[in-house]
Order: sequence, then structure tokens, then C-alpha cells
Amino acid sequence: MTNVIEQLGVRAILRIQEMGRMLLFVLSACAWLVRPPFRFHQIMKQLHFIGYKSVFVVVLTAGFTGMVLALQGYYSLRKFGSEGLLGSAVALSMIRELGPVLAALMVTARAGSAMTAEIGIMRITEQIDALDTMAINPMQYLIAPKLVAGVIGVPLLVAIFDVVGIYGGSLVGVDLLGVSEGAYWNSIESAVEWKDIYGGILKSISFGLIISWICCYKGFYTRQSAEGLGSATTEAVVLSSVLILVWDYFLTSVLL
Amino acid sequence: MIKLVGVEKKLGGQPVLQGVDLSIPVGKLTTIIGRSGEGKSVLLKHMIGLMQPDRGEVWVGDVEISRLSGTRLNDVRKRFAMLFQGAALFDSLSVFENVAFPLREKLRMKGSAVTKRVEEKLGEVGLAGMGHKFPAELSGGMRKRAGLARALVMEPEIILFDEPTTGLDPLMAKSIHDLIVTMQRRFGFTAVMVSHEIPEIFGISDWVAILRKGKIALMAPAAEFQRTTDPEIHEFISVGGTVALPGSLVG
Repeated sequence: MTNVIEQLGVRAILRIQEMGRMLLFVLSACAWLVRPPFRFHQIMKQLHFIGYKSVFVVVLTAGFTGMVLALQGYYSLRKFGSEGLLGSAVALSMIRELGPVLAALMVTARAGSAMTAEIGIMRITEQIDALDTMAINPMQYLIAPKLVAGVIGVPLLVAIFDVVGIYGGSLVGVDLLGVSEGAYWNSIESAVEWKDIYGGILKSISFGLIISWICCYKGFYTRQSAEGLGSATTEAVVLSSVLILVWDYFLTSVLL
Repeated sequence: MIKLVGVEKKLGGQPVLQGVDLSIPVGKLTTIIGRSGEGKSVLLKHMIGLMQPDRGEVWVGDVEISRLSGTRLNDVRKRFAMLFQGAALFDSLSVFENVAFPLREKLRMKGSAVTKRVEEKLGEVGLAGMGHKFPAELSGGMRKRAGLARALVMEPEIILFDEPTTGLDPLMAKSIHDLIVTMQRRFGFTAVMVSHEIPEIFGISDWVAILRKGKIALMAPAAEFQRTTDPEIHEFISVGGTVALPGSLVG
């Protein structure tokens, strides 16, 4: 019995240590971000990787999400004779919830996992140590630009996701199911408020930070083996995805 | 220039370094030998502050670096370069960009000044015209040469070599050794090398030290080292084959 309690205690301490290390990691990266030299080229490179290269998968996901929302929404609303509200149902779902969450999950799967693998390989092959020996801080050169790119890139992708999703909904609702085009777009205009958009932006900024933070951290502290790198990548994707969903709940409860 | 005093280090609860006292002669090539897993690379990483000792002191010039971090440690590191076991070239950059990297990132050099210096260093290590290639396209020996060019490009006072010939065939290993010695003689930097290449290292090193049971068991000029009467050390250096005469690989 004492052993079990001891084991639980050890695990709890290790978890707390890990959380502390994660917090110090992101604080250190933020501190290095505001110190010269400023690495705009690195930020642009990461923005291209996280943002531009994720556009295709985000557009694809957004299009089909909007289409299926319109399909489901149409048959539910028709029971109450409120098909005209389809546009607002699709737009609000997209802007408030599905846009930020699904775009963030897609970025985690595409760019987050690659970030962990890239940094992990750099750790295993001593490329991070090489940066240190050249008196170049890896936090400043490697991690800080990825954090900035996440915070800028994810909101831009979410904006694309929202627009494509709403057009996807229009394609099914208006063009296939025959909802009036005017009713679809008017209901969006009257239902969507600025606070919905602000809320979506706030969520996407925090999701961008979560993805870059967790994925960089897991890569940076990966164990020195192929197996270690594999588990680091899996842990990064799982932890980022779970944190996105948990944080989404808390943020939504505050924003509503 | 580099001095370690009573350095102790445990890794995963296991003692690796158990009171290392070592003084590296300035402007000479010192090679550290020892059995696998003795902690030679760990020792090398302490010299440049990549690892901190649990106890003891690491001096670089008149600065004790074992408790330094951030900018102050970086200031000391500017005096160093290191050639890693796998060369540690950045895979996303070409050979040219790898060698140019410290010039662009540290010295903020640009344009033709970078090109001139990089091409000069690539020429010195025998990689002229190979700058456009990526690390994945290079053989093991070429990667080491590119790593050496990157180490040399900042003209450091001290270069650390972590098993520079591991994984290379004997001819390639000899050519890398020759290159290291030629560069060391030409530029006069202080070189510290960790190596398993016995007896070759006796022909190229000025000083040889052996790490045994977490301590420096013997450090002596290469020729003198070979005449050791310690049976364990003698057995260790004899297993590699015929002991080479000093200077047999160079000149």
C-alpha cells in the first residue's frame, strides 16, 4: 500500500516538474523573441510552412464541413419550417466553434507533427548542440519563430476555413437543396455579430500558441532514439489536440 | 586555456566523470582516448558548456563556465568551434549555407564577403565546387570535411573534435586526420580530439590523455605516452595494432 502511494507521489511530482518545464520553455522562447537579432526571415519561413502549406488541407476540410453542416441543418430546420435560417446556423457554427477547432486540429496533424519530428531529429543528430556551440540560442533561432508563426498563421487559416465553410454550406443549401440565396446570406448578416468574430480570432490565436508550444517542446526534449522521436511526435499530436478541445471549452464558457 | 578541476558528472544516476583534472595545452592537439562509454564525449561537452558538472570547475581562460548561462556563456563559446561525431550539418541547408551559417548569423556578414570566405574554407577542406550539395547527398567523409569547414570558418581559438573519424574507412579516416593536423598546424588553434583511432592518434597528437574509471589516468606527450609502464594502459593502446611513430602521418 505504501509503495502504491509512493509511486503515485513520484508520478505526481514528475508531472508537476514537466508542467513547470513546459512553462519555462514557452517563457524562455517569448523572452528570446524580444531580444535582437530579430529573425524575420525565419518567421516568414515558418509562416510559409505552417500557414501557406496548410491551406489546401484546411480548404478541403472546411468545404466538406460546411457542406455537411448545411445538409444536416437543412433537414433539422425543415421540421420547423425555418430553412431560411440555414445560413446563420452554418455561419455561427463555423465562426464560433468549428472553424477554430477543426482548423487547429488539421494544423496540428499536418504542421505540428512535422515540427516535433524536425526539432526531434535536430536534437538526435546534435544539430541543436551545434547551434549552441556557435553561440546561437536555439530558443531564439528555432523555437521563437515557430511560436510567432503559429500565433499569426492559425488565425489566418481559420479565417479561410470560415469563409470556405460558409460557401460550402451555400453550395449544398442554396444550389442543391433550394434554400433561397437571399435568405441564406441575409440570415448570416443578421445573426453574426462582431463578438462572434472576435471570439473566433481569440480562440485561433490561443490554439496557434498551443500547437507551436506543445509540438516544439516535445521535439526539443525528445529522447535520443528513433522510438523516442516516434513517441514524442505522437504525444505532441495527442496532447495538442486534447488541450485545444479543453481550452476551447473554457474559453467558450468565458466568452458566452 | 582549458582547465578542468575535480569535474564530476552522473548521468541517469550512474557516475560517469568522477573527479576529472585536466589541463589542455594551448596551441597543441590533445587527444583523449578511453574505452567506449567512459564519458569522453561527455567530457568534451563540459569544455564548451553543453553539459554542466555536478561538482568541480571548468575554466576557459580566466572564466569559470560551469555555472554560466545565456549571453555570458555565449561570449565564451565564441572562442570555440566543434566538429560533432555525425558532423551535425543542418539538413535543410546546402553545404555552402551550412558553412556560411555562423558568418551570417553571428557576424551578420553578407554578400561577396561570405562567398569569398566560404569558398576559401571549402577549398581548404577539399570540397571546392560542392557547395550546392545538401548533406544527404554527401558521403560520411565529405560530411566531416564540410563540418570541419564550418568549424574553421569563424577562425576560432579552440576546436573540439568528437570522434571525427567514426564510421569512416581507414583511408578516409587517415585523410580526415591529416586534414585536422594540417589545419591545426596552419592556424595554430588549440585542438581537443576524442578518438578511438589507436595507434593513428599517436602520429598526429601532441599530447594524449586517457580517461579511465571517470578520471584522467595518464596525460603525456604522445611519444612518452606510448612508453607507459601502466599494464592496463599499455594493453589498451597495444590492442589497436603497431604503435605508429610520431609524425608518420604528416610530413
